[in-house]
Amino acid sequence: MAGIGLTHYLTLSAVVFCIGVFGMLTRRNAIGVLMSIELMFNAVNITLVAFARYVTPATVTGQVVAIFTIAVAAAEATVALAIVLLIYQHYRGIDVDRVNFMKW
Amino acid sequence: MDTFSLAFYALAFLIIAAAIFVVTSKNIFHSAIYLILALFGVAGIYVLLQAPFLAAAQVLIYVGAVSMLMIFAIMLTARIADDSIRHTNEQVGTGLLVSLGLLAVIVYSLWQTPFPISAAPMPEGAGGTIGRLLLTQFVLPFEIVSVLLLGALIGAVVIAQKDKVRGVSEPPNTPLPKPAEKVAG
Amino acid sequence: MLELDKLVKIIGDGIDAGISALGLGPAWVVLVQLIVAAAVVLIFASLVVLFLVWWERKVSARFQMRLGPMRVGWQGTIQTIADALKLLQKELITPANVDRGIYFWAPVVTFVAALAVYVTIPFGKGLIVRDLNIGILYILSITTFTVIGLLMAGWSSNNKYALLGGFRSAAQVVSYEVPMALAVVGVIMLTQTLSMGEIVAQQQKFYQWYIWRQPLGFLIYLVAATAECNRTPFDLPEADSELVAGFVTEYSGMKFAMFFLAEFLNMFTVAAVATTLFFGGWNGPVLPSWAWFMIKTLLGVFVLMWFRWTYPRLRVDQLMSFAWKFLLPLAFINIVLTGLGIYIFKS
Repeated sequence: MAGIGLTHYLTLSAVVFCIGVFGMLTRRNAIGVLMSIELMFNAVNITLVAFARYVTPATVTGQVVAIFTIAVAAAEATVALAIVLLIYQHYRGIDVDRVNFMKW
Repeated sequence: MDTFSLAFYALAFLIIAAAIFVVTSKNIFHSAIYLILALFGVAGIYVLLQAPFLAAAQVLIYVGAVSMLMIFAIMLTARIADDSIRHTNEQVGTGLLVSLGLLAVIVYSLWQTPFPISAAPMPEGAGGTIGRLLLTQFVLPFEIVSVLLLGALIGAVVIAQKDKVRGVSEPPNTPLPKPAEKVAG
Repeated sequence: MLELDKLVKIIGDGIDAGISALGLGPAWVVLVQLIVAAAVVLIFASLVVLFLVWWERKVSARFQMRLGPMRVGWQGTIQTIADALKLLQKELITPANVDRGIYFWAPVVTFVAALAVYVTIPFGKGLIVRDLNIGILYILSITTFTVIGLLMAGWSSNNKYALLGGFRSAAQVVSYEVPMALAVVGVIMLTQTLSMGEIVAQQQKFYQWYIWRQPLGFLIYLVAATAECNRTPFDLPEADSELVAGFVTEYSGMKFAMFFLAEFLNMFTVAAVATTLFFGGWNGPVLPSWAWFMIKTLLGVFVLMWFRWTYPRLRVDQLMSFAWKFLLPLAFINIVLTGLGIYIFKS
């Protein structure tokens, strides 16, 4: 096969993103859903860094945006896990299908 | 096949295999370990993309902190009878269809797009350029992200406190309601 | 004088010539060179740990006014080998109801994380396996990885003492990583580079050592590193009188040996990084560079052992509040002072 190019990285990122989408749609454990969301964040980061390498290598803007993505993902994981712990304290379970009290 | 391609394919295989195990493993702790493997693979991809600072930051933040946080949460919320509970909901078929369709659409549009590849060299030095950019061109997002992290820190501490600290005598400890009856059709 | 860098070059060129004579490409040369380097580092790490285990026992004994191992070999030097042989012969018991996969991989993860740091430690002139341009950041990242091994061990052991020990160890290690990284940031502001080889090259004269310009940073690093290694006064998670043996309760034989080795390797790593960042690395007047490195690092390890028999143990809540309420603000003050100093002295 020819050398590794931008398309290879973007395809890898698309595959990981779709695996994350599948996990987010089907997992019952709330932490399982969070892990799938982390996979999606990482796929997006791979895309950003691949673009920084191949399309704009002179300025590493993609890498800076990837750093911001990592920071925001860490903040989001923290708050989401705190909420999961609170739900567990109250209801002794974290099955996302059953935490549906706000549905009409 | 030269070593660069070999490294890329090995890392891609590792990431995809680990990601599949993350979303299909029956044991949530095993899912967390596979997630750590996938994150390491992504750090390797960053090294291939000539972003060594980002690779180190990925390991430091994701593997060292976020994964550890998830493992702590798993340990604190594990139930004894967890293995007998189904770990996926009824939407597995639809979910598979949706994600495969999404994959097909994305990959098709990717392979059709001529991206403007530039052959300019990447700047030397690990982290120096990123640091300069963070403090000149991206200083506003940088400051906002620090406020965001501070808010997340305080918010997480406040949210996860036990009820008795806030004045309620005992947590309700009501069991979760059973899922609603499946509507036929 | 007796520098080893020429020897390293000769071996590297020898491998290059040998593999090229076999007709294989340059990729194979690099691969074989890396395998040889990894084997050398592994052997060196094993020898260092053997020595450190004996030294710890002798030093502890002398601090307590007793003699330590004396019978097996001169002054007990072969005692460690005897202990290692004993551990190797032990039956590998896997308790029932453990999570087998994770139970198996936890000591491997801990040991690999402890060993992977040695890629970029400058042992002497020309004696770095790879002078990565993100050197010190790589070391910080890999040391955060050991937490995962601790948590895996604590969780998979199906034992509440192990689980609590794993929790406490992980919380302690993660809490003390932050002041340690910030103390290192203070040094990096002065060195303007992350590469370990360059940091050593900037400290060639005695007055150029960064300890003189970063005394507060060194103290913060020393305290945080002692906690990172789970050494007294921060060793509550594995104190024998508290939690049986902490997260290694259910491990025996070779698997326990791997945790044990990883702990001693961590001690050596921490002392080696302190030597490189604050004490000039392998620079020194008369002796060869690797001798200076070993002397400085072993002095650092001696100080860590000295702490063990001098200070009482901190309670878990004292430990955590010490990290977050005292060391962390102090590390921030250090960074601000360093920044002010750079600004004043550059203008």
